[in-house]
Amino acid sequence: MIKARVTVTLKNGVLDPQGKAIEGALGALGFDGIGQVRQGKVFDLQLETADKAKAEAELKAMCEKLLANTVIENYSISLA
Amino acid sequence: MKSAVVQLPGLNRDRDMIAALTKISGKAPVTVWQTETEIPDVDLIVIPGGFSYGDYLRCGAIAARMPVMQAIKAKAEQGVRVLGVCNGFQILVEAGLLPGALMRNASLKFVCREVKLEVVNADTDFTRAYAKGQVIRSPVAHHDGNYFADAETLKAVEGNGQVVFRYAEDTNPNGSINDIAGVMNDKGNVLGMMPHPENLIEVAHGGSDGRGIFASALDVIAA
Repeated sequence: MIKARVTVTLKNGVLDPQGKAIEGALGALGFDGIGQVRQGKVFDLQLETADKAKAEAELKAMCEKLLANTVIENYSISLA
Repeated sequence: MKSAVVQLPGLNRDRDMIAALTKISGKAPVTVWQTETEIPDVDLIVIPGGFSYGDYLRCGAIAARMPVMQAIKAKAEQGVRVLGVCNGFQILVEAGLLPGALMRNASLKFVCREVKLEVVNADTDFTRAYAKGQVIRSPVAHHDGNYFADAETLKAVEGNGQVVFRYAEDTNPNGSINDIAGVMNDKGNVLGMMPHPENLIEVAHGGSDGRGIFASALDVIAA
């Protein structure tokens, strides 16, 4: 079995209202010097295969087809 | 003209849409469930609003991958008119039938109010009942209606006359880029819009400004 983590983040230039709100809230809590906050998503998956190359290819397809909206988001894949 | 309304778990504006289409065309639309792989022979397919799949992952993301969407894509390629309202619009962008994306409202708040819409392009299958530049009233109710497209896409969409509606008179409720409220595909047979025209079609609604969209799409106006 392979454990994988997919991280999905907004592309540069895409406005992130939730990140902005979090940035404001952190500032209000007294955390200074925050340049920017961008919110993303993390998916932890368990794949029933031992073949790393196959797992990576499958994960890439999953990202392209469902996990990320590539109009606004980038994704990265890491295998444990 | 015959119409169809798509139904998915979590959509809740389908009844309103069925009522609007029935009242305006005189014929009840057929309903199509998400697992169907073929759509009956109709002239207009409508994806109504709501919260398909609880808005999980991204609004419309899961609905856009259901079997019925392949059938809708095939019909759209044949030139059948497709209208997506609110969640229906989100589903159409997620399915790649319309350009851009719909993001969380800039205010981070759910908005439920009335806005003003400018008919930017009145030379479409969906807006012939209106005049270019006409301002109409429409209700909105959504949390993720903030239209976004990258610079290149936006230029194409604006240049091709694909922007059909813009929020007018400073009523942009969600931060949409260029005040975009509704866009169509480059062929002009698929329209998505966040506002709910089906909720303003008769006196009992307090007005009928939304009626023209259905009258146009169903060809029930004088040519």
